Amino acid sequence: MADIKFSEDTLALANKIIARYPEGKQKSALLPLLHLAQAEFDGWLSPATMQYVASLLQIQEVEVYEVASFYSMFNLKPVGKCLIEVCRTSSCWLRGANEIIEHLENKLGIKEGQTTPDGMFTLKTVECLGSCGSAPMMQIGAQYHENLSYEKVDGILDTCKAEGTRKTYLDKVVVDKY
Amino acid sequence: MGKKLLLEHDHVPGIQGYDVYRKNGGYASVEKAIKTMSPEALVEEVKKSGLRGRGGAGFPTGMKWSFLAKPEGVPRYLVCNADESEPGTFKDRYLMSRIPHILVEGMIASSFALGVNKAFIYIRGEYYYIVNILEKAIEEAYANGWLGTNILGTGYNLDLYVQVGAGAYICGEETALLESLEGKRGNPRIKPPFPAIAGLYGCPTVVNNVETLASVVPVINMGGDAYAQIGIGKSTGTKLISASGHINKPGVYEIEMGITVEDFIYSDEYCGGILNGKKLKAVVAGGSSVPVLPADKILNLANGEKRLMSYESLSDGGFGGGTMLGSGGFIVMDETTSIVENLFTFARFYHHESCGQCSPCREGTAWMEKILHKIVDGHGTMADIDLLWEIQAKIEGNTICPLGDAAAWPVASAIRHFRSEFEEYVSNPSGVKKNKHYDSVHNNVNV
Repeated sequence: MADIKFSEDTLALANKIIARYPEGKQKSALLPLLHLAQAEFDGWLSPATMQYVASLLQIQEVEVYEVASFYSMFNLKPVGKCLIEVCRTSSCWLRGANEIIEHLENKLGIKEGQTTPDGMFTLKTVECLGSCGSAPMMQIGAQYHENLSYEKVDGILDTCKAEGTRKTYLDKVVVDKY
Repeated sequence: MGKKLLLEHDHVPGIQGYDVYRKNGGYASVEKAIKTMSPEALVEEVKKSGLRGRGGAGFPTGMKWSFLAKPEGVPRYLVCNADESEPGTFKDRYLMSRIPHILVEGMIASSFALGVNKAFIYIRGEYYYIVNILEKAIEEAYANGWLGTNILGTGYNLDLYVQVGAGAYICGEETALLESLEGKRGNPRIKPPFPAIAGLYGCPTVVNNVETLASVVPVINMGGDAYAQIGIGKSTGTKLISASGHINKPGVYEIEMGITVEDFIYSDEYCGGILNGKKLKAVVAGGSSVPVLPADKILNLANGEKRLMSYESLSDGGFGGGTMLGSGGFIVMDETTSIVENLFTFARFYHHESCGQCSPCREGTAWMEKILHKIVDGHGTMADIDLLWEIQAKIEGNTICPLGDAAAWPVASAIRHFRSEFEEYVSNPSGVKKNKHYDSVHNNVNV
């Protein structure tokens, strides 16, 4: 997998991030760079992607892996184009998160943790995303979808399907309209 | 209407941008601080204000600042803790996305007070869209001379960066946060040394919550003494409360500390009463980690007086009969809520979020989730309830960081105040399943 390499723009951004930290502390850029890599290389961190990030920061590959495996937002296996993350903790549970999860499972024909055969959706349940006042909610890429109802969920899935694009945490979205 | 110090302008159109923010008095605190005050005088003002950490622990901010070591030739750092992950808490998200400049302003004034030339905002990865909002605000601050070199012509330099996390509750613990900022797993450090002595890159570091740093702005603008006049007793100033659960008006509210809990839940200015006209059953007043209290105990103190929204009043009664203000994550549960099932979501949360470094927490949180799952599923025994109690007691106080305590307290308080409900799950599981009383489906708008 020699073709794992950031685009020119991304590499420039990565270098800008690396330059923030004091001399010898470039490892601080690891989490930001893994985010850039995951967004650019199919939504997950393959061993080749992690090797590439290690080479950029001049650190051991295992240092990348031990970090990538610690944080829940880094995917170490391939995921669908739209990774649906549904919050299931207290406030969301109080306002019907379990029913939203069940609805998603029925609608997509998959269970939590699985990916649809067309590679479009992966369904994941996650812990509190800080959207307790607008529960129940789910996150797809950078976008928070809040105050969910079955109809709203159906509409979101339809839109995702029609767009057909991979959603990432780096997407420019407007969540709070002020 | 209560006094507003942070959200006074939150509904002004365009307040997210620099021009409108500046027109509404923005950056006055930086001007006052850098041009007319010494760093020492600023720390004194913050001490006088009585401002306490708004992230959950409530430690006096001025005191934390005064612990910062200042060895010659060693850089110091200010890190803003924007890893808001405590279930029930979403106030920092609101503040940062709505008025990003107030955090930038607070960080500049605080950095000057601490002699810091490089500062970071560590924000949870899920809030990635807010990274863009903050970076835009920071860019505007640079363009207008509030950041960079020779700020306001005084020779003071400051750079401010946003650092993004990647999904780990534990990184809200300040030493785990620093590890993460150094590009490592978020395992909390053994203390001492405290970050004030050896923090980021081994250098003296102050870590403060978003709301704390934003509150430095009104403290400087009005002066520490005037700030201390607001609120009640040692709970000075205002507090952002994230209200969620079974209430008519979920959202973020800025309250002057000292209003009654009853007023907060039932008045139209705040939560607007319980959803669907139901009765109040219980409240988790300060984020998932604090003890849950039944309705009568959250509304009233043991002596019959009304309980107030303040650090002291909420903790009145100790762990037997009180709770904590914590992060201000105020979760309200109506009469139909199953305390046992809600606790299961908390136990699952702490198991998922334990970093695994200390065995009491790593093993204990896993067993608490398993046992609660067994009880909720209708296979529990009376001995399981005692076992849960025993496990939580063995986690508390036996771990490097407070996550262990945070996992233990919800379990202890639920059993203490609602033991009969656990027993009902054990003695009559099929009845519980059939009983509408413990049916979460009613909460869903679709059913």
